[in-house]
Amino acid sequence: MEKHRYLIFLGCAIPYRVAAYEISARKILQKLGVELVEMPEFNCCGLPMDPVSHEMMLILAAKNLALAEQKGLNILTLCPGCAGTLKKVNKMLKEDKALREEINSHLKESGLEFKGTIEAKHIMQVLIEDVGIEKIKDAVVKPLTMLKVTEHNGCHILRPKEFIGFDDPENPKTLKTLIEATGATCLDYMDETECCGAPSVGVNDKIALQLARDKLNHIKMVGAQAMITICPFCHIMYDTNELRIEKMFNETYGIPVLHYPQLLGLAVGIKPDELAFNDLRVDVSKIIKQVEECGK
Amino acid sequence: MSETEQKRIKASEIDPKFKYEIAKMPGGEKLMRCFQCGTCTSDCPIARFSDTYRPRQIIRMTQLGLRERVLNSETLWLCASCFTCTDRCPQDVEVASVIRVLRNLAAQKGCAPQVFKEQGSSILESGYAYKISELRIKKRESLGLPPLPKGNPESIRKTLHGVSFLKFIEKQGE
Repeated sequence: MEKHRYLIFLGCAIPYRVAAYEISARKILQKLGVELVEMPEFNCCGLPMDPVSHEMMLILAAKNLALAEQKGLNILTLCPGCAGTLKKVNKMLKEDKALREEINSHLKESGLEFKGTIEAKHIMQVLIEDVGIEKIKDAVVKPLTMLKVTEHNGCHILRPKEFIGFDDPENPKTLKTLIEATGATCLDYMDETECCGAPSVGVNDKIALQLARDKLNHIKMVGAQAMITICPFCHIMYDTNELRIEKMFNETYGIPVLHYPQLLGLAVGIKPDELAFNDLRVDVSKIIKQVEECGK
Repeated sequence: MSETEQKRIKASEIDPKFKYEIAKMPGGEKLMRCFQCGTCTSDCPIARFSDTYRPRQIIRMTQLGLRERVLNSETLWLCASCFTCTDRCPQDVEVASVIRVLRNLAAQKGCAPQVFKEQGSSILESGYAYKISELRIKKRESLGLPPLPKGNPESIRKTLHGVSFLKFIEKQGE
């Protein structure tokens, strides 16, 4: 299967409200020579339905996998939730013949069949495994050595390890390595791998926001200038909700939250106004100024 | 006081076959291995902020056969599915998956938070879990983004034929 040509799976959250992630991701992938093909047809990966119907999740995920198989391309997702779900279902259906037959009896209704011929990968995995860290480092024209940031992985790109398996959930390295490739320093902090709380929004908002607040406190403690995410939901929790958390708990953070492709974009010399920084809620101008002034 | 402490357990509410039912479902297989060490609860980010959500307790209640109490419990819906409990369980119990199995059973009785019915209904209508406005779809062009792939409601409906949760989603759409 081609290593530099992917079917891009946007998921639901990104087109709904996280355009900056998509804009910046497309820019950096193009720069690094990864070609993206649009999905011919789309439905949700299935993850939001898993709590109420495991069967519905399996069918929705399998349908996307079968569509990608018809195109003969591997899937690239920007959302760890989609990546985790598509990876998990792909593995389950490849290994469990009885389950595959059951799900295929549903897909048949739409003229589709799951054969198990493709892979689904998250953008982080494509960057580290297919593009390669050396190529990314070579593309950096403006090392961001002036920046000290922290990483936040999405849960579903780490756990459960059995299904994801490309990084260590207890001590993840991929995002750190990718951040360091830009020249920025990636600081360690307490409870780095903990959940942002997003899945509890709508069920219990207060608990969800308390989780996000905890994380922001830990990041503030180590003096990070920004937080770097690779998940649309985590980004909503920290960026969109940061002001709400500040008000609710009487705190002050002012910590900008950047999508990783925005950070990499700055380092590979893409102009800030092409990376959709104006889409972020928390003011990021200080960082942009620092980057622009450095090396002038 | 947590809802589980509020009343004593009566022998009449125990369904001794409940645990076998759960253990037969995908994800619930290893339920009986739990020896109540509490790793799940102590590592659970939700339990840290909730006075009532305790994964260990949910597992024990399930083992004991407190079917109605578990399935009607609102705390069941607090799990964020971060899978920390699953990855750290020394007995390899897929705690988050056992909770998902329990939620699926509760949902079959119609006991699921509104948000799931809304998202399900949106998926059936458009393919997307959220209703993406025409304005946003049009805005993509000015942002230099390609057109958004379309959902195929007819094909989605056909493939989901026979899925029992659909009846609650359909009610939502009415």
